[in-house]
Amino acid sequence: MRLESPTPDAPTAPRVEDGAPAPSAPGSTPVQKVAGVVIRFAGDSGDGMQLTGDRFTAETASLGNALATLPNFPAEIRAPQGTLPGVSSFQLQFADHVVLTPGDAPDVLVAMNPAALRANIADLPRGGVIIADADEFTRRSLQKVGYTVSPLEDGSLESYQVHALPLTSMTVEALKDSGLSRKDSERAKNMFALGMLSWLYDRPTEATERFLETKFAKKPQIRDANLTAFRAGWAFGETTEGFAVRYQVAPAEHPAGTYRNITGSTALAYGLATAAHKAGLPLVLGSYPITPASDILHALSGMKRFGVTTLQAEDEIAGVGIALGASFGGSLGVTTTSGPGLALKAETIGLAVMLELPLVVVDVQRGGPSTGLPTKTEQADLLQAMYGRNGESPLPVVAASSPTDCFTAAMEAVRIAVTYRTPVILLSDGYLANGSEPWALPSVADLPAIDPAQATGPNGAGDDGRPAFRPYLRDPETLARPWAVPGTPGLEHRIGGLEKADVTGEISYEPENHERMTGLRQAKVDGVAVPPLEVDDPVAPDGTRARVLVLGWGSTYGPIAAAVRDARAEGLQVARAHLRHLNPFPPGLGDALRAYDRVVLPEMNGGQLALLLRARYLVDVQSHGRVRGRPFSAGELLDVVRDAVAALPDTDSAAAASPAAGAVAESPQEARR
Amino acid sequence: MSTTTTPLGLPGVRSGTEDVPRLPEGTTLSKKDFTAANEVRWCPGCGDYAVLAAVQGFMPELGLRKENIVCISGIGCSSRFPYYLDTYGMHSIHGRAPAIATGLAASRPDLSVWVVTGDGDALSIGGNHLVHAMRRNVNMTILLFNNRIYGLTKGQYSPTSEVGKVTKSTPAGSVDAPFNPVSLALGAEATFVARTLDSDRKHLTSVLRAAAEHRGTSLVEIYQNCPIFNDGAFDVLKDSGEAQARLVRLEHGEEVRFGREDDQKVVVTAPGGGVEVVPAAEAAGRDVVVHDAAAADPTRAFALSRLDGPSMAHVPVGVFRAVARPTYDDLVRDQVDSARAEAGGPASDADLDALIAGGDTWVVR
Repeated sequence: MRLESPTPDAPTAPRVEDGAPAPSAPGSTPVQKVAGVVIRFAGDSGDGMQLTGDRFTAETASLGNALATLPNFPAEIRAPQGTLPGVSSFQLQFADHVVLTPGDAPDVLVAMNPAALRANIADLPRGGVIIADADEFTRRSLQKVGYTVSPLEDGSLESYQVHALPLTSMTVEALKDSGLSRKDSERAKNMFALGMLSWLYDRPTEATERFLETKFAKKPQIRDANLTAFRAGWAFGETTEGFAVRYQVAPAEHPAGTYRNITGSTALAYGLATAAHKAGLPLVLGSYPITPASDILHALSGMKRFGVTTLQAEDEIAGVGIALGASFGGSLGVTTTSGPGLALKAETIGLAVMLELPLVVVDVQRGGPSTGLPTKTEQADLLQAMYGRNGESPLPVVAASSPTDCFTAAMEAVRIAVTYRTPVILLSDGYLANGSEPWALPSVADLPAIDPAQATGPNGAGDDGRPAFRPYLRDPETLARPWAVPGTPGLEHRIGGLEKADVTGEISYEPENHERMTGLRQAKVDGVAVPPLEVDDPVAPDGTRARVLVLGWGSTYGPIAAAVRDARAEGLQVARAHLRHLNPFPPGLGDALRAYDRVVLPEMNGGQLALLLRARYLVDVQSHGRVRGRPFSAGELLDVVRDAVAALPDTDSAAAASPAAGAVAESPQEARR
Repeated sequence: MSTTTTPLGLPGVRSGTEDVPRLPEGTTLSKKDFTAANEVRWCPGCGDYAVLAAVQGFMPELGLRKENIVCISGIGCSSRFPYYLDTYGMHSIHGRAPAIATGLAASRPDLSVWVVTGDGDALSIGGNHLVHAMRRNVNMTILLFNNRIYGLTKGQYSPTSEVGKVTKSTPAGSVDAPFNPVSLALGAEATFVARTLDSDRKHLTSVLRAAAEHRGTSLVEIYQNCPIFNDGAFDVLKDSGEAQARLVRLEHGEEVRFGREDDQKVVVTAPGGGVEVVPAAEAAGRDVVVHDAAAADPTRAFALSRLDGPSMAHVPVGVFRAVARPTYDDLVRDQVDSARAEAGGPASDADLDALIAGGDTWVVR
């Protein structure tokens, strides 16, 4: 067993900026500046890889690097130890320049056991760095994942830079005076690894020390053990000769402002609470725990001080029922869920469509159908959000595009719900929910106010000519009906799921009325004011414009933007646009679709937005739909863009492209249709 | 992960309508004020009319401002109720009224919240919401109209229909064992459980009064006749002679005795923890049950609820249980209120700025 790196080569990152390493204090190890690095921490579900990743991210964020993260964990809380299904990983890209994705492939793989190595090695390009906990490469652990010989010893990893280090035993050694059992000491090995990586990449450690002190404040022995392991890992890096170089990634150029790192779910919770605050409404969340949406429930549950009430319901249906009841009472009713829960809530959402009350339904999408892939990401609930109710039941749909955008999207969903008295579905997904990135903090005072304009008196006249309350008399501009809250004298009225008579809100089975009301509900949603589509289409020096438009929605923003950036760097002319509003679509979308020879639409489903666009605008789009439970890589989408440009008729590049190249441009999903 | 419990600092016993604004001194409302203009569209002879009249007649007695009364229903014949009561109301969807009412009650302590539901709505499709509302003890009054049949869908058996019942969906007789709603409520930790009859206005009103006074979930089962699909289901309890022989009127603090004058019966404790009916003349030496609706332990109330059976030989009515337990909505609000009080009042923009900034920030200049 090798206890140290077999070669004098240090880990390197592929994007070396300025040549030779230069000596630097402290310590004798030279420091090399690199532009960016992708690290993947991988281990058993119980190894604390998510925490390790989170802490490394926080250190990286506070250093001012641009970054994006991708946690990836199994649905099982503790799958059998050391097995492939039990592997949990956390990938992080950080750089001195704009980062749009967590990185297509890691430069560095930290593998805490053989299963982690086996599950992730295929993603690591040749030449990449492997840091493995050699102690865990025992015969039994190797056998569990089908290795007959240790890959650390059989030469199979020769094309990588392997650092096989006894992380577990070094941790135990560092904690020999802690009074902890060997087993408990071993549990701190993730902090040892974090300390070592923090040294290797020159991360500040104060925040992690503070974090450990707070997290384990009530368990001093555990606190001290983790701190000791963390510091020992750092010290090991400093003293070992195994790493010939350590690395620095300079802060990225961010616009001026105060920043923090934030996950999508936290940002979404803050967005909801901030919007309620700006509307002057109490927020009432009715929710049933479901992966990957529960973190929003957790976050809001801790925000009572901000007038946020959270009720953990007996089921998904009760969750949305509670929210709707609260909205009827004049609060901002919110429910949070994932795809299976959205299915259960459908009938109540339909009631909200009929009642025309504000309601925000957050769907953090995951792989489906049925239970599907609970911890993996997908965008396949779009059609469910649009149409998953009985009858003609239109409602606005808003999608967040990045972890930080979850804040803005949540505010937008609340604005629409309150202004137009309608349920709104806000789509996030597992990638946005758990992923994180730096966020330039907004100033709450500068955010736009939301006017709930609840009814205070009669809005019309009765048959006798006297002032009367007309529950379904609409605002001529928004088509919103009055929000008359119980407790308001003189406005007593009854609403319900039966069809309403126009203006009076009485029960009506009259055919003409039903058609009129159906039309009004649709017109109200169609008329929701949303900003026009912005197309990013830089004019080339020769004055020409792109002929290919890459369109996306939701969490594909990062990889699409990265792919388009890379395509432009190759000299390809490509336009890009991204949808926040799925219903109604933004003004200018139809024109934009028609303005390009080819519209490419990557989405993590079988082509759901493509279906909607074709139906709505009678324009074809080239769907690139994949459902692998993970975000697109920028590299994959770059290939899609290249192929789309190459397949254009009447261009040089098209001339070079064979018919086969055009076929390649079609997604596997499309090809199967 | 280990869990911890925190003492919640329970508030004292309070009236169900304590936080609801009252009418100005000297002002009263009448039944007419609670009668909506809508034409009532139940079948002629439906028991719902009697319940509606009783509720409309009782509401003024509460002395509350009517804009602070809300009636929420589900789906079914009885669930049309809100349309006929001139308060705020919502005719929601099948089975979900308790959930919707929970959101309303939790967010609005100044409202008197009423739920109207039926045996199918509450016990079949909405069973989950009903039991959880009672478990939580949300401050609301649930009127469960039990006619032991699906009326609005035209006559299928319900979860309270007797075994063997022949209906459109059970031509060979139902093999589905029924719920006893009072037993169910007691098992679901309900703090107030009562049963009454649509046709006994006086008794119905007295139960409504006690239910409204109770702070927490009050479950009132109302035996209600469906003249179209299950006519006469409770006739034996309405015929004056039969009613006297069968109705066991529970009165807190009184011995449980009933029957015709010439055939008095008492309820006595039985071996095994239950109760049984014996002729009063033979009760010497037996332990006659003195009804204690306030007993912390629901065991005796449950035993009383089991006296009822398909034959309706003896049917207890009245308040089975009325005990004080902190309500869910009060506790939920207390947590929010105390968090705000500790932080010095409602949140300002700056407070929110501090929240979203979190603990780890950095500045780019």
